[in-house]
Amino acid sequence: MKKKIVVVGNGMVGYKFCEKLIAKDIAKKFEIIVFGEEIRPAYDRVHLSEYFAGKTVEDLTMAPTSWYAENDINLILSDPIVDIDREAKTVRSHHGLVKGYDYLVMATGSGAFVPPIPGVEKDGVFVYRTIEDLDLMQNHAKKATKGAVIGGGLLGLEAAKALLDLGLKEVHVIEFASRLMPRQIDEAGSRVLQAKLETLGLQIHLNKNTQEIVGDGIIEAMQFADGSRLDVDMLVISAGIKPRDEVAKVAGLEVGIRGGIVVNNALQTSDPNIFAIGECALAHHMIYGLVAPGYEMAEVVATKIIGGEKEFMPFDMSTKLKLIGVDVASFGDAFIQEPNAQTIVFENSAKGIYKRINISNDGKYLLGGVLVGDAEQYNMLLQNTKNKTILPADPEDLMLGARGGSEGGASGVMALPDEALICSCEAVTKGGICHEIIENKVTTLDGIKKCTKAGTGCGGCVPMVKDLINETMKSQGVFVRNILCEHFDYTRQELFDLVKIKGYKTYNDVLDHLGKGDGCEVCKPAVASIIASLWNEMILEKGNATVQDSNDRFLANIQKNGTYSVVPRIPGGEITPEKLIVIGQVALKYNLYTKITGGQRIDLFGAHVSDLPEIWEELVNAGFESGHAYGKSLRTVKSCVGSTWCRFGVQDAVSFAIEVEERYRGLRSPHKLKSAVSGCTRECAEAQSKDFGIIATEKGWNLYVCGNGGVKPRHAELLATDIDSATCLQYIDRFLMFYIKTAEPLTRTAPWLDKMEGGINYLKSVVIDDVLGMGETWDAEMNLLVEAYKCEWKEVVENPELRKRFTHFVNAPKVKDPNAKFEPMREMVKAAEWK
Amino acid sequence: MVLEQTITWHLACNTEDIPADGGACALIEGEQVAIYNFARRGEWYATQNLCPHRQQMALSRGMIGSTGAEAEPKVACPFHKKTFSLKSGECLSGDDYVIKTYPIKVENGQIFIGME
Repeated sequence: MKKKIVVVGNGMVGYKFCEKLIAKDIAKKFEIIVFGEEIRPAYDRVHLSEYFAGKTVEDLTMAPTSWYAENDINLILSDPIVDIDREAKTVRSHHGLVKGYDYLVMATGSGAFVPPIPGVEKDGVFVYRTIEDLDLMQNHAKKATKGAVIGGGLLGLEAAKALLDLGLKEVHVIEFASRLMPRQIDEAGSRVLQAKLETLGLQIHLNKNTQEIVGDGIIEAMQFADGSRLDVDMLVISAGIKPRDEVAKVAGLEVGIRGGIVVNNALQTSDPNIFAIGECALAHHMIYGLVAPGYEMAEVVATKIIGGEKEFMPFDMSTKLKLIGVDVASFGDAFIQEPNAQTIVFENSAKGIYKRINISNDGKYLLGGVLVGDAEQYNMLLQNTKNKTILPADPEDLMLGARGGSEGGASGVMALPDEALICSCEAVTKGGICHEIIENKVTTLDGIKKCTKAGTGCGGCVPMVKDLINETMKSQGVFVRNILCEHFDYTRQELFDLVKIKGYKTYNDVLDHLGKGDGCEVCKPAVASIIASLWNEMILEKGNATVQDSNDRFLANIQKNGTYSVVPRIPGGEITPEKLIVIGQVALKYNLYTKITGGQRIDLFGAHVSDLPEIWEELVNAGFESGHAYGKSLRTVKSCVGSTWCRFGVQDAVSFAIEVEERYRGLRSPHKLKSAVSGCTRECAEAQSKDFGIIATEKGWNLYVCGNGGVKPRHAELLATDIDSATCLQYIDRFLMFYIKTAEPLTRTAPWLDKMEGGINYLKSVVIDDVLGMGETWDAEMNLLVEAYKCEWKEVVENPELRKRFTHFVNAPKVKDPNAKFEPMREMVKAAEWK
Repeated sequence: MVLEQTITWHLACNTEDIPADGGACALIEGEQVAIYNFARRGEWYATQNLCPHRQQMALSRGMIGSTGAEAEPKVACPFHKKTFSLKSGECLSGDDYVIKTYPIKVENGQIFIGME
């Protein structure tokens, strides 16, 4: 006879308990019944605000209902437990279902605490806990412009972020206390955070006591105790949580004065057959309002039920989170101060950064601290605190990062002891991860995630896990080779050299001779790019069309509704009125949305795949050519107007930009390439944010390389000074050939340089001093590529066989995809929002 | 096969309409069917054209290939590179989606799709 476990509540912690019990219950001795109050299975409440940023319910769901079925868990949703009969050991649900139990696990979580303010029942007043709450908010926000949040704590600021995401014009945060996030960070940190959030568009009101919510059935304003008033048409109350202990209370279980089911170290309630875990449990006299301790509680109870021994100890409440794009973290004892500790504080109010660490009076140990605005060092600081690592002579280096030296973060990971907890969500130690790497040869991040679950919770430890994999393998004497994928046992650079020596020109040739299997979406575009970089032949011929990434295969950028965007090349951003008119006419004829791009070109969106050849026929006839916006290749060379018109200009930036763009157009590379030419040191073309940027000087040009906008902005570094145009092009030729030959797939020039031993100085020695002796070869190779250039779209337009591939339905070439939907926007159209 | 008795075969297109080692979409009985010419292995597959992740009609434009020791044939959606088995329709990149697969046969250079 199986023993019965009834789990009351299907939130994150309730789900995690099931997962852990299933994993431990190998003999299948237990039968699990789960009652959930909501209509859907457990979802990730920690990342709830991402629902407004585009994540779907499925994305957030912990496991689909099929998972419960596969594991023989009887999941009953939309049916909360309303009564526990402890004598009979049964529970009764709202719908009248009665189930017996041997063990009962209360995982009812918490609800929003709504203070008794007159008017909270009005329309337009919300709490922020469930997906239903979010759907209601989303509906209401469509007609709202001014929103407010009561509560300036962690959850309140999350809710404020949600209101910003919903597009409200004004968002106010109302806090009763004198500062933000008083539980997590100190007063100085609050001040910096507040200033930073205000620059991001939040209006913050402190020391405000809301007296009444005014309005006739629907909220119109908030009235405060100090006599002031704020007009709003939407309000979210996020003033705290209250444990859901009502059923436990009725059943006679002991609860705390301010709520929460009282449990001992084994997480047993006053009835030893009933456990409580997560935010409904009052353990060590507190409610643990974070997911990591909740998961630990699930682990303790699952272990206990299965017959093991484990206790729940006071849990570290260190947290790191991103609030509206601002890092906030607190760890260890964040508030301890003199005379019990020494504190070191760093503040940069211009950048909105505040850091504080507390160290023991003997200067040996880190006790805790606060980080606002930049929490990059959080993981290392937390590890140093938890493991009582002896501090270096200058402990501020830990908080600021070593300055000047070349010491990387990776050596820090290896210095940690084996017990160091790397993933606190899933309680995975460094030793556990290293064991998998060394003994079981798991050497990928995905592999480690699968076998240890590290990095699958909040994801904050992922960079450390990656470092651990690389450093552990190095320490094992394993030379870390980044092979392309399961089909090619070569790095990109090795493959590049082999394809070049053997002269292979099709993907199938490369796969047949150098690889195995049938290829995949990783190696196909990588090999296609190598072939294109080497020979610069038409990418859609010789059977290479189907190994191109979708954008290259259709020579256009796929957009949200399956239509494509069209970008003709406009070298240097210079365009005649005649050509502008043609673009306008084409856009009108095919009903395209037009927008000026960041690279001084015009993008035409919403083209059906079957219209692409006709659109391009008209553009090509008017003298346009492909802009390669779809390719991993040169995009644009931006320019400012330069000395031809500008009174400050010292060189003709536009003419040089056109020359540069026409030289490298169509050049395929490991990732996209962007460039710019500025006519003087004022740098209006923003050349220092480009892969290669050129800035005019009185004597010639300064050449900068490896800059980047994008995810990780980075200023380009100066490669050469005061060079003439010919030298500048020669250096760019060599720089690009070196990059194309040695970079990993999909690596921009900036991270390529970051990984290069010797950095910019080595790059200078290769490009300028020619230490590799490759200069002349590369010059010749680049000249061949430049001569081989042809406009891809002109070739398609003129080739009926190639044109035929541009249809949505092969058996109905004239029919357009009926699922490609548009919505009106201002005077034009946009892609229908995806689900 | 038992299946063949209960399904109707619809002419989709000619074999040369589908590029080697790639796919294309055909409109059959109002359904968008993605047809794949796995020329390296001399195999043909058909699935729904809709990628369940973002509800986009795009799978026929994806790259095909194989994975694992069993060389499971697969297609990668061009939007976010979710991959699906061409045999079972199961998502191979960790999500719980399953896409519909169709019986397919080639006769005299013509491709037929089976529907119930």
